[in-house]
Amino acid sequence: MLTILFDGIAYGMLLFVLACGLAVTLGLMNFVNLAHGAFAMAGGYITVTLVNRLGVPFLLSLPLAFLASAAIGLVFERTLYVHLYRKPHLDQVLFTIGLVFMAVAALDYVMGSSQVYVQLPEYLRGRFDVFGVGVGRYRLLIIVVCGLLTIALQLILSKTRFGARLRAAVDDERVARGMGINVNRVFALTFAFGSGLAGLGGALGVEMLGLDPTFPLKFMIYFLIVVTVGGTSSITGPFFASLLLGIGDVAGKYYVPTLGAFVIYTIMIVVLLWRPQGLFARSAAR
Amino acid sequence: MNSPVKTKSVTASDVSGLFAARARWHPLEIIFWLAAFSTIFLLPSKHLILTEIAILALFALSLDLILGYAGIISLGHAAFFGFGAYVAGLLGKNGIITEPLLALIVSGLATSVLGFVTSFLVLRGSDLTRLMVTLGIALMLRELANRYRDITGGADGLQGIVVDPVFGMFRFDIFGHTAFYYSLGVLFVLFLIARRIVNSPFGLSLRAVKANPLRASAISISVDGRLVAIYTLAAAYAGIAGALLTQTQAFASLAYFDFDRSADLLLVLIIGGTGYLYGGLIGAVVFKVLHDYLSILTPQYWLFWMGLLLVLIVLVGRERITGWTTPLRDLASRLDWRARSKKS
Repeated sequence: MLTILFDGIAYGMLLFVLACGLAVTLGLMNFVNLAHGAFAMAGGYITVTLVNRLGVPFLLSLPLAFLASAAIGLVFERTLYVHLYRKPHLDQVLFTIGLVFMAVAALDYVMGSSQVYVQLPEYLRGRFDVFGVGVGRYRLLIIVVCGLLTIALQLILSKTRFGARLRAAVDDERVARGMGINVNRVFALTFAFGSGLAGLGGALGVEMLGLDPTFPLKFMIYFLIVVTVGGTSSITGPFFASLLLGIGDVAGKYYVPTLGAFVIYTIMIVVLLWRPQGLFARSAAR
Repeated sequence: MNSPVKTKSVTASDVSGLFAARARWHPLEIIFWLAAFSTIFLLPSKHLILTEIAILALFALSLDLILGYAGIISLGHAAFFGFGAYVAGLLGKNGIITEPLLALIVSGLATSVLGFVTSFLVLRGSDLTRLMVTLGIALMLRELANRYRDITGGADGLQGIVVDPVFGMFRFDIFGHTAFYYSLGVLFVLFLIARRIVNSPFGLSLRAVKANPLRASAISISVDGRLVAIYTLAAAYAGIAGALLTQTQAFASLAYFDFDRSADLLLVLIIGGTGYLYGGLIGAVVFKVLHDYLSILTPQYWLFWMGLLLVLIVLVGRERITGWTTPLRDLASRLDWRARSKKS
């Protein structure tokens, strides 16, 4: 029971790191980015290549995956996404679906269509018992890394000048511009950071979620659930939504395996009907 | 048209004349359908793919009704397609209704019930919420079909579907001739109905809702009511398209619910252009021909080309892409001597 809870928390934390970039994109620019998973996939494949082919230590490959995905994100944002902020949602949806399809086919071509694995170092394998609760070492690592990241994110958002600008831009973009905040730059940086986080999540998730070229399509719905259920006005909303989703999914698969993902979809639709702005959104959400 | 000051001089006959003008057939439309029906004799060897085009066109027509006319973005329109397909399949497999037309109508009705029920979920929230809900419904139905494998056959698909000859005379043959006549006929009839609806006062009010829901409700159009109605209708159309596919293939599979199918459909509609009924039909033809050609070129990576096409269409601008039909429409209105004589 506690093991399920533990696994669920690890899964949820991972989902949060994967999806929080999307929450900011959506909240800041009201941009529907269905291609977020592609950045996560990029991070995952970078890690796999680094570790398996070049022999880079796993822990070192994580920051590299973050940086590489962030760089890819920045390039895409400046060259392609920037044209789409003012376009209708339909265009954004079509464009990002197109990007996902291209990413899926391109990686299929380069890396092959089968699932890839990463060779974990010895000290991250296996599990140990704490008061009778089985704790996987790797899952513990995920919880620690993601927990630290969450705290760091919260601090950046609430304590730094950049965080204040970002919050101002999310709350009211036009007024923020009027106050002399360079919203475009804030957004580009945030987008790059969010893509980097997705890449890191993808790198961490290779072991837990599995990685093959259809990754962005398979997990797109999960990211979207986190964002829509959690709301886009803060990062605590998506955080709790991820935890709920993680625990719910793991428990659901354990207790009622035949229902599959049915439980999750049902919960999502019910929540959306109950609170269309998200479970944790402030009442004054746009 | 009439300025607001002159409104008192508008009589009922003027209004009905206006609607008649909207509903009049352009020569190009007649040419389009003549061309479509001439393929029966001109391209007998292509009837298999033409059947697929006809079904895809009907499916795209259905999405156009809600996207182009009502402005609802759906990422899960395959839900209705798959549902209709499975209803028709189960009816045929269990020998409940093996008469194809009757089975088609029943599948359409069943799907419209599903559309009616789910339309209330779609009414709420923003574009993103709608995306999620429609996608979620399609995924849920897929899970359900996968779960109850004793009824649906699960991942193996639904096999052993019995379909009687059409009108008791025309048996479905291996070359797909009957299937094509049947699909094209159904498409044409449903197109006529859709055309009638779109050009009716109801269709006009839908456009008003799409353009500005607030103002629409201010001139006492029931926004929610209109959306529910058109969503239900579109669901029925999609269901019939799915049922057609099941009947002509004698097979139904879980892939009918896939996200890819909904995304493909968006592409079809974008190629042809939204908001006029021929968009879906033209898009279906272009899409299938492209699909055929690119699949031969690089069979595995068709997905890549499709993605590239979507990206390019959006970057260039949808208006400019579908703008290629504007000269045609201009030509149509110039050819339409009756419209000109009316104006002068």
